[in-house]
Amino acid sequence: MAKNIRDEFERWGKTTLNKAISKAPEREPSFKTTSHIELKRLYTPLDVADLDYCGELGFPGEFPFTRGVQPTMYRGRLWTMRQYAGFATPEETNKRYKYLLEHGQTGLSVAFDLPTQIGYDSDHPLSDGEVGKVGVAIDTLKDIEILFDGIPLDKVSTSMTINSTAAILLTMYIAVAEKQGIKSEVLQGTIQNDILKEYAARGTYIYPPLESMRIVTDIFAFCKDRVPRWNTISISGYHMREAGCTAVQEVAFTLTDGIAYVEAAIRAGLDVDSFASRLAFFFCCHNTFIEEIAKFRAARSLWAKIMKERFKAKRDESCMLRFHTQTAGCSLTAQQPDNNVVRVAFQALAAVFGGTQSLHTNSRDEAYALPTEDSVRLALRTQQLIAYESGVADMIDPFGGSYAVEALTDEIESKSMEYIEKIEAMGGAIKAIESGYIQGEIGESAYQYQKEIETKKRIIVGLNQFQMEEEPLRDILRIKPEVEQYQKKKLARVKKERNNTKVKETLAVLKKAAQGTDNVVPPILEAVKLYATMGEISDTLREVFGEYRER
Amino acid sequence: MARKIRVLIAKPGLDGHDRGAKVIARALRDAGMEVIYTGIRQTPEQIANAAIQEDVDIVGLSSLSGAHNNLFPKVVNILREKGAEDILVFGGGIVPVDDIPGLKKAGIREIFQPGASTEDIIKYIRENIKF
Repeated sequence: MAKNIRDEFERWGKTTLNKAISKAPEREPSFKTTSHIELKRLYTPLDVADLDYCGELGFPGEFPFTRGVQPTMYRGRLWTMRQYAGFATPEETNKRYKYLLEHGQTGLSVAFDLPTQIGYDSDHPLSDGEVGKVGVAIDTLKDIEILFDGIPLDKVSTSMTINSTAAILLTMYIAVAEKQGIKSEVLQGTIQNDILKEYAARGTYIYPPLESMRIVTDIFAFCKDRVPRWNTISISGYHMREAGCTAVQEVAFTLTDGIAYVEAAIRAGLDVDSFASRLAFFFCCHNTFIEEIAKFRAARSLWAKIMKERFKAKRDESCMLRFHTQTAGCSLTAQQPDNNVVRVAFQALAAVFGGTQSLHTNSRDEAYALPTEDSVRLALRTQQLIAYESGVADMIDPFGGSYAVEALTDEIESKSMEYIEKIEAMGGAIKAIESGYIQGEIGESAYQYQKEIETKKRIIVGLNQFQMEEEPLRDILRIKPEVEQYQKKKLARVKKERNNTKVKETLAVLKKAAQGTDNVVPPILEAVKLYATMGEISDTLREVFGEYRER
Repeated sequence: MARKIRVLIAKPGLDGHDRGAKVIARALRDAGMEVIYTGIRQTPEQIANAAIQEDVDIVGLSSLSGAHNNLFPKVVNILREKGAEDILVFGGGIVPVDDIPGLKKAGIREIFQPGASTEDIIKYIRENIKF
């Protein structure tokens, strides 16, 4: 059969195709994906002739999970619709959460402000102007009590985008659940806890890499018994992609970070199968629809092989790449913001075809500010339209077997692997970050992308083509400056009412643990229960671990 | 031959989104300017001091975290206090249009919004820095 197709393909090229091209040339001399993969004009069975179906694709819920991590995928349960949300005070954010849950959201996702993410209290001089701006401000357990007030933590799963202060937020969540009468063993959710990509792209690091990795592995060890249903890390390519890297680089940089975490945990004495099933991933979904679908499938397949072959994982669950997706924030334009609704819909659809476990859809106004209630509802409705109306959730991996998607999946996998090998040869992810290699690669791709836009090699509708005169969006969410004062007053009140002697004692215990080899998470849990502040706990660790400075 | 225009690109506050700052730093360099990039998480004091020490002609501030109303004017004020009001300050990032008049009043000469091209910024600097 294959020979027949090859002959026919050649004949078509010489006759029908040639005739068409000689009359009207194609739009471009060549077509490339964002990862510089040259696309063929037409993919045929010839491109997948060598594909070993059982070895490379297999069946959903089975190694190497290329076709999906669950045996029934969305026929069983739809992906979790999880809108990243948080702004101003815990009081206001609590209202937004209830609004989202009322409108059919199925999981929570907490956005924290920058002081909370970097371990400064609202009254710290460096928090000036930042309190409650990009997320909700949290200073003590009091704020977390308000944030989840009236939300049953045994019924919802909660994802928290928190990294260098992840242990503090996780223990606050455990403490507030206890107050609701819920044991930590049943809690479900995720802490991002992916410090490596903070050095590479996102910037909310506090301590140097090795000390940070120690906290990460302490969290793995703590959760294994105390919070066994919790995803202890969400290894994230999202922010590196947002910082400008390509789809292939996103897969490669994310999985090399994953390798670094697995190695660190094994070095800390953990058995690979005791923690690997709780590792989760987080990817971006950008504009190039087919490449993105292939990217997710390639990442799944590659990770499964790394876990089995390199780390000798025995359990299938240890090899599963489960991931959250967010549509690409950097693809949103301030120009003609309604166009963003359409962009987001395509990106969300690609994520679903890629087999995501949960999804955040960006809102139309996010090139201006955090979204208004109306725009976030429309973003959530976009997911619901895909889930309930489009029919795409009714079968598993519908792009599986597409000549183009399978060929691209394979190419992204092998190109990512080349990158991973290159980084391994440098000494691994931490070394590649310390030397600035990853940051340099991301920066280079970002610059090329911008140049493509400015030279119109890449068309962005409404930005460099099809522009129009328009008024800028004015009806946007604004964070009131009073939020900072409100948080400061609340913090002062909590500090006055708590047992300050006990707080000091517990922080001393934490310091001792940090100086030695004891797990730092249990003393952090004790400290948060006594209403020790974000800043106090982080400063205690700063004294021992020091602070990282960008090179 | 005229000397090169010297630019400081800076990230005030806690914001780590530096894609724009880095792209602009590189574009200005490619356009023949001398560019110093501060890196993320700089205080207004650090930025003003760097601008003076490096003897730059112009400072570009980038913030996507919404702290611009607090931080941008502080940089201008410190430069004034130190007698360096001749250094121009412009900004960019996620800055709502309604904040622009206040920032301009506070001495930030121009604000570039999402979608601005590096060409626009190069042109602006060349038109406003004359030796």
